[in-house]
Amino acid sequence: MIQPSTLAQDETGIAGDAQPLIEVEGLTKRFPVSKNLFRKPTGFIQAVDNISFRLDRGESLGVVGESGCGKTTIGKLLVKLLEPDEGRIKFRFPGVAITGGEGGFVDPSALKGREMREFRRHVQMIFQDPYESMNPRRTIYDIISEPLAVQGIGSVMDRVDRVREVLTSVGLTPAADFVFRHPHELSGGQRQRIAIARALVIRPQFVVADEPTSMLDVSSRTGIMLLMQQLAAEHEISYLYVTHDLAVARYMCDRIAVMYLGKVVELAETEELLRSPLHPYTKALLSAVPVADPGHRREPPNILGDLTLTVNPPSRCRFYDRCPIATEYCRDNPHPPTVERAHGHAVACYEA
Amino acid sequence: MRTAPVLKVADLSLTYQIRRGEVQAVQGVSFELARGQSLGLVGESGCGKSSVANCLMGLLPDNARVAGGQVMLGEQDLLPLSEDELRRYRWRRIAMVFQAAMNVLDPVYRVGQQIEEAIEAHDVEASASAARERVAGLFRKVGLDPQLMDRYPHEFSGGMRQRAVIAMALSCDPDVIIADEPTTALDVIVQDRILRELKAIQRESEMALIYISHDIAVVAEVTDIVAVMYAGRLVEFGSTAEVLTAPLHPYTAGLLSSVPSVSGERRPLVVLSGEPPNLVNPPSGCPFHPRCAAATDVCRTEFPPQAERGGHWAACWHPLDASLAPAGRVT
Repeated sequence: MIQPSTLAQDETGIAGDAQPLIEVEGLTKRFPVSKNLFRKPTGFIQAVDNISFRLDRGESLGVVGESGCGKTTIGKLLVKLLEPDEGRIKFRFPGVAITGGEGGFVDPSALKGREMREFRRHVQMIFQDPYESMNPRRTIYDIISEPLAVQGIGSVMDRVDRVREVLTSVGLTPAADFVFRHPHELSGGQRQRIAIARALVIRPQFVVADEPTSMLDVSSRTGIMLLMQQLAAEHEISYLYVTHDLAVARYMCDRIAVMYLGKVVELAETEELLRSPLHPYTKALLSAVPVADPGHRREPPNILGDLTLTVNPPSRCRFYDRCPIATEYCRDNPHPPTVERAHGHAVACYEA
Repeated sequence: MRTAPVLKVADLSLTYQIRRGEVQAVQGVSFELARGQSLGLVGESGCGKSSVANCLMGLLPDNARVAGGQVMLGEQDLLPLSEDELRRYRWRRIAMVFQAAMNVLDPVYRVGQQIEEAIEAHDVEASASAARERVAGLFRKVGLDPQLMDRYPHEFSGGMRQRAVIAMALSCDPDVIIADEPTTALDVIVQDRILRELKAIQRESEMALIYISHDIAVVAEVTDIVAVMYAGRLVEFGSTAEVLTAPLHPYTAGLLSSVPSVSGERRPLVVLSGEPPNLVNPPSGCPFHPRCAAATDVCRTEFPPQAERGGHWAACWHPLDASLAPAGRVT
C-alpha cells in the first residue's frame, strides 16, 4: 500500500501557502458483509479506501459520484458519525484550543466527552432529507435552539434572540411567524432552511452538506444553494459538499473530488475539472448530465456495464471493469496512484 | 397536427376536498397529443402535474372530484366511465410508469411473474406460455436480460427495477404512456441509458408519451412539446425548442434561469422568489402575480388570455415578447 503521507502531497497538489482546515491521510472505512445477520462477516465493502485530501479555510470541496461510491461515508467520518478503520483526520481550528489536540491539531478519533462536545461546536452536518431529519413533535424554536442548549451557550433569553437572528439570516422572515411552528407546516425548501439554521446557530467553521438540495424542487433548490454560498462568505464556513449532481457542484464548490467505489479518481478545481476532465469515469459522468438546451445533441457516455459493489475487490484499478480504455497493464497492476498532472489537477489512472 | 390526436384533454378541472376547504388542483387544462409525440409536463411540486396524470389514468383518490372537462382517448371520453368500463382502457390503451419503482413491484413475487399477470389480466395473450414469451420480449426491449425474469425485485438494482416497471407499462402495447419522474431517484449514467431506451421504444412503436418532471434538462432531451404548469393551470405551451430557448411566460423564464448547468458559460443562478400559492385560496387574476416582477393591476384582477406566436402560447398579460401582449390591456 502507498504510504499515506506521500499520497496526501500528491492528491492535494497545493503548495503550503493556504491555511488548511482539515488534512485527511489514508482514510479507510470498511463495512462488513455477511450472508446472514448472525454469521461472521464473509467480506468487506471498501466504502472509503485510502483517501487523502486537504480542505482549506473558507473553501468548499465537492465530493461527487454515484450512489454507493462512499461519498456520504467520507462526510460522516469527518463529523465523527463514523469511526475510520485506518487513516487520520486532522482539524486545525484557528483560535480554538481543544484539549486533547496535539501540536495545534485536533484528531476527532481521539476525542471524548467534553472535548467531543467542544469539537461538535465547530463541525456540523446538514442532511439530505428535510422530512426525516427533524423531530415532528418539536417546534422550530426547539429544533434550532437545541445545539445552543447542548453547548450551554447563552441564557434562555439569549437563545430566543439567537434563534430569531439565525431564522432571519436563512431568509425565514418575519422570524416570529416561524418560531413556534412545527416542521410539517413548512415546505421542503423552508425545512431545509431550518436544517441550515440548526447547523449554523452555533457558528461552526466546517459543515458537511450531504445532498442538501436533492430532495427539493428546482426553484427552492436554487434558493438554498445561494443561501449556503452567502452564509459561507459571511461567516467563513468551509463546506464538504456531497452531491451526485455535477451541475450543483459547479455552483457550490471551489474544487471537486470525483469518487468511484471508495477511491478518489480525480480531483481538480471546479472549472478545470469540467473543462478538461482526465479520468474516463469523470468524462462519462459529465457526458451523462442532461443539457437544458433542446438544440444540443449529447453523445452517450462512454462506460461499460453497470455499477456493482464488489465484496473484497481485486487490487487492480476499481474502474477496470467499466473502463472503455483499460489495457492489460491496468488489469495486472494495482489501483493506479494519484498523480498531479497540471497545477492542482490530480488523477488516478494509468491511461489518462 | 397532421393526424387525429390519440389523446385530447379539454378544459379539465379537478378539485380535492380537504378539511380546510377545496383545493383547486387542476383548472381548465387542455392539450392534444398525436401518435409518436412526446409532451413534457413541467412545474414545481404541487402545481398539479401528477394530478393530471392520475386523472388520465383514472387513479384519483376518493376525495378528488372532476369538476369538468373531457379526456378523449381516441373517440372515447374516459371521465364518465365506471371503474369496470375503465378497465378496458387503463393499461391496455393508456399506461403509466411511476416514480417509485420499489413500490410498484411486489417484493414477494418474481419480477417476470408480475408482468405475466398484468398481461393475463388484460387478456392480451391467450396462453401462459405466450404471456411468458411476451415478457421475455419486453425484457429485451428495455435492456434487461430475459434470464432475470425469475428473480425477485430485491435482487434488482434501482435502474433494473425502473426498467422492469417500464416493461410492465409496455406490456399491453398502450397508445399513450405517462412517465411520472421515472428517473429522479437514479444516478446520471443509469438515467441516461433508461431515457435513451425509453425514447427509442417510443419512436419505434409510435406511442404518445407524457413525461412529467421538474428537471427541465431531461424534458429538453426527451420531449417534442412542453406544457408548463403553475398553480393548477397551463401557463405556457409550445414546441420544446421554442419554449426553452425563447420562453414567453415570466414563470418559465424564471424556472429556466434557476437551472444550474455543467456545460457552457457559468451563468449566475437567479432565484424565483416566493413560494407557489395555496390552492385552497388561489390568488385572484393571474396566479403567478404575487411572484412576478412585471405584475400590474390587470394581473391582479383578471386571468390573462393567451399571447400566441405560431402555436407557442403563454397565458400572460405581459409576455416576454412585448409585441404579443394581449390587446386592450390596462397599463
